[in-house]
Amino acid sequence: MIERLVTPVAIVGGGIVGASAALALRRMGLAVVLLERDFCGSRSSGVNYGGVRRQGRPMAQLPLAERAHRIWARLPELIGIDGEYVRSGHLKLARSEEDLASLEAYRERAREHGLDLEIVAGHAFRARYPWLGQRALAGSLSPEDGHANPRLVSPAFARAAARLGADVREQTRVDEVAHDGRDFVLRCGDRLEVRARFLLNCAGAWAGAIAERFGEPVPMTSGHPNMAVTEPLPLFMDVNIGVEGGGIYGRQVARGNCVIGGGQGYGLDAERARPAREAIFALLVQAAELFPELRHAHVIRSWSGTEGYLPDRDPVIGFSTTTPGLVHAFGFAGAGFQIGPAVGEVLAELVRDGATPTPIAAFSITRFTGAERAAQPAAAAPR
Amino acid sequence: MTASIRPVVVGAGPAGVRAAQTLVAAGLRPVVVDEAPAWGGQIYRQQPPGFTRPKRALYGFEVTRAKAVHAAMAAIRDRVDYRPHTLVWNAEGERLDLLSDGRAATLTYTHLILATGATDRVLPFPGWTTPGVYTLGGAQVALKFQGCGIGRRVAFLGTGPLLYLVAYQYARAGAAVAAVLDTAPFTAKLQAAPGMLRLPAVFAKGLWYLAWLKARGIPVRSGVRPLQVEGEARATGLLWREGTRERRVACDAVAFGYGLRSETQLADLLGCRFAFDALDRAYLPVRDAAGRTSVPHVYVAGDGAGVMGADAAERAGERAALALLQDIGTAVDGARALHLERELGRIQGFRRALERAFPVPADWAANVPDDLVICRCEEVRAGELRAATREAGAREMNRLKALTRVGMGRCQGRMCGTAAAEILAQACDTAPEAVGRLRGQPPVKPLPVALARHVEPEEVGR
Repeated sequence: MIERLVTPVAIVGGGIVGASAALALRRMGLAVVLLERDFCGSRSSGVNYGGVRRQGRPMAQLPLAERAHRIWARLPELIGIDGEYVRSGHLKLARSEEDLASLEAYRERAREHGLDLEIVAGHAFRARYPWLGQRALAGSLSPEDGHANPRLVSPAFARAAARLGADVREQTRVDEVAHDGRDFVLRCGDRLEVRARFLLNCAGAWAGAIAERFGEPVPMTSGHPNMAVTEPLPLFMDVNIGVEGGGIYGRQVARGNCVIGGGQGYGLDAERARPAREAIFALLVQAAELFPELRHAHVIRSWSGTEGYLPDRDPVIGFSTTTPGLVHAFGFAGAGFQIGPAVGEVLAELVRDGATPTPIAAFSITRFTGAERAAQPAAAAPR
Repeated sequence: MTASIRPVVVGAGPAGVRAAQTLVAAGLRPVVVDEAPAWGGQIYRQQPPGFTRPKRALYGFEVTRAKAVHAAMAAIRDRVDYRPHTLVWNAEGERLDLLSDGRAATLTYTHLILATGATDRVLPFPGWTTPGVYTLGGAQVALKFQGCGIGRRVAFLGTGPLLYLVAYQYARAGAAVAAVLDTAPFTAKLQAAPGMLRLPAVFAKGLWYLAWLKARGIPVRSGVRPLQVEGEARATGLLWREGTRERRVACDAVAFGYGLRSETQLADLLGCRFAFDALDRAYLPVRDAAGRTSVPHVYVAGDGAGVMGADAAERAGERAALALLQDIGTAVDGARALHLERELGRIQGFRRALERAFPVPADWAANVPDDLVICRCEEVRAGELRAATREAGAREMNRLKALTRVGMGRCQGRMCGTAAAEILAQACDTAPEAVGRLRGQPPVKPLPVALARHVEPEEVGR
């Protein structure tokens, strides 16, 4: 016997974006059904590196990132746990004069968006970060950025939404999506059919299929970040570390484990990913060079995930141009964890008001489809 | 045509040695990779150089078999590429990642026989992390390898044949055995006796250990439930319940275990299909009667493929090697292959009876107190596992790991995974198979950050 649900809003994907959207919708009093094929926050949202940073993002993302920054400050109130979120600061390292010049240029541009960064160099740099290897010459510090535990935070957003009345269905794979001219009709095997006026496409690296289904194919590819964690060590790394030009990133959690990442793993199949041998070796070499304290440590686990990348490395966020009521939010290029909660609020505003005060024009799907403008349906009335 | 065949055997215990021997006999030159400094595996582990205890003292009744396995490997030593002291920490794309003495290397294979053995099945109880508490297997290694005991007065606890064997070996070596405490009821052994008569010699050996221990006035109890290891800096005693009575012995060490669990990480990393095995209460690589897994050219043999003991391991190692030879088009003795499969079937029947004689305590998970540490590496307590189920809806092992850190530490769930799965299943009121299994992640064991990388000559230019 098939179960049939009718709801104003259906969300496909229980990652941090979909789950935050569900939470935001419930806080507005809108009914919502969230469909997650596995467990909420079990994919990229739950297995990412855990960086919570604004620094380094393209300028167009900074308004969203600022909005997210304010949400992260209220994390326990919103989701009921602290998620091991700490504002440790995020230090982006320069390994050359060119790197430093590029960090300085970024600082100037970021300042216009209200993000204050501090360049630390010379003796002050060595004195402040004596645990960094000699290859690091200087850094750009974003004092209020930090890190959190994604495997706790992302599932907690879904649980918080469920506590407020969202109908969260885990292990529920959407097999068919159609639009009958009025509503979206989602079918999950022969178990469940959901009809909804709005459909939020938050399916992460797998969102391209839904976009394509509604005539909006996007050139999204999958990336598989290569990450590893050491055994617990005495605390020494008091800031979340990135490097200009990429290559390696690292943070130390309160328990003492150092989480390091860099390079790419590989997709085992459509849904699973693994770290790659060569990437692990390259990561270890860089880690020993940049964090000399790790030279006597052991890596106890490595892992990867599957993240959606669009060619310009910006996400797609906003209304579909083909189908009224369809809203996309995907392609976060490995950097969706921090802004996810703000994207969720934006999606909820799009549903309720048909618009959001946060600038998202840069993320329109039209940059790939060439269509003129987004189709905006009448806003949903709270019920 | 065999020049292009590059077989690798992982493990040099009874299964790995017999597999290598069979390949050598067919004219192949396998690579044999083993973590131990010398061949023999855990059961026939050799003592370090300079130790001169006679093999009779080391292996007891098993001395003939131990000698035969050692001799088999010694005889082919020059015809295999033997890599002792070498950990396989990753397997990816027909290549193995090795670690030896802080040096990393990569090894290609065309065919792979995994004979990775087993470790103790650990079901924690209050006080199990007290210094002086070991697994039965660990206690046996101390005796066999280092020639020392885990204590002067040792209590043995748990269930399974190893319980009686290790207690016997300790007593023979001159240690005081404080007690042998079996969680299985004595009636279970009576009911299982007909099945165990499938291998009368093995059955008789078990009875002999029991009689020997009892004849020396060593308390041997059945149907017990452990309560607590006493002592803080060091174990000073062991408390248990027997029916309605609480009892205690003084001891300075405890060895415990509940049978064995297979080491299956490499098969997992290679993508072999797994299925739940009711007898082992664990997910194991699916294999045919010859040891072929679901991944072409990957074979499993011995306790690493499902716990059946050393005698079965020798036969399974040989059978897997014959399967490999058949798969590369080499003529093999078909009658021999069939004979081995029949023998393995017979041992499997005995194994079923053993499981009836030494059942894992069914009430273990329900009775574990909330404050008991289940995962030593990450210090996760039973109550946290139950809370994750109750409050966060965890009902699958990887989800439980994500929410609680269980299995995330140095052992990667090799020690705590079984216990965590039993607790999760109990908390969800379901069977252990319904909660799934922890996904394997490299490295199989901790990997030094400061690795020296060694590029194999044959790898250059690839």
